[in-house]
Amino acid sequence: MRLSVLLFAYYRELVPAPSVELEVRSGATVREAIARLREMPGWEGLPEEPTVAVNREYSRPDRELHAGDELALIPPVAGG
Amino acid sequence: MKATGDRTKVPTGDPDPCSVSARITEEPIRTDRLLDLGSRADGALLLFVGRVRDHNDGRSVARLRYEAYAEMAERELEAILREAADRCEATRIEAVHRTGELEIGEASVAIAVVSPHRAAAFEASRYVIEEIKKRLPVWKREAYADGSDAWVRAASDAPPR
Repeated sequence: MRLSVLLFAYYRELVPAPSVELEVRSGATVREAIARLREMPGWEGLPEEPTVAVNREYSRPDRELHAGDELALIPPVAGG
Repeated sequence: MKATGDRTKVPTGDPDPCSVSARITEEPIRTDRLLDLGSRADGALLLFVGRVRDHNDGRSVARLRYEAYAEMAERELEAILREAADRCEATRIEAVHRTGELEIGEASVAIAVVSPHRAAAFEASRYVIEEIKKRLPVWKREAYADGSDAWVRAASDAPPR
């Protein structure tokens, strides 16, 4: 399935685009999606387990992804 | 999360009487409006305002840009406020975080807590700002006096290069 990964702050500027498209199997875990992303040119330096959100909630790496899920990479936050 | 022995709130099993409001906005924060909250039973109203500072890490800052994952940030901020409400005997907690371009001195975040007594207000306010710093999906780009700019980041968690 095709997955759109939302990007913010310097992840967004790295591409540069507000999201990046990934092809993963249905039921793939967050960890697998990140591994796929790290194979893409320019993304080798992405941590193996970056902070991510699925459907707007912080998520663990073993969470399974399904069509329509909203996956987002969350760079280190700096609010306040 | 449930209240524990070292907290000010005594678990009663009743529904939480504290109402919360969480907002992410591009509009300037009207901190004066937050001074009208609460009722005659509330002896304490505590307002914390975080403002844009003219320096950071020894560099002179000209202005800031905040970017948020707005849909998630509002939801996460509300979760933080509910956690604070569970920990303290507050009656109303409101928090607003600004996004977009901010000048020096402008409010980037405001937290208002209303409660019968001061201890709960201080505790809730402190909890909310510390959790915002840890969890709210908001990022800050600093523009410096010398014309350069950079994302503010934790040194321990470097982004891809």
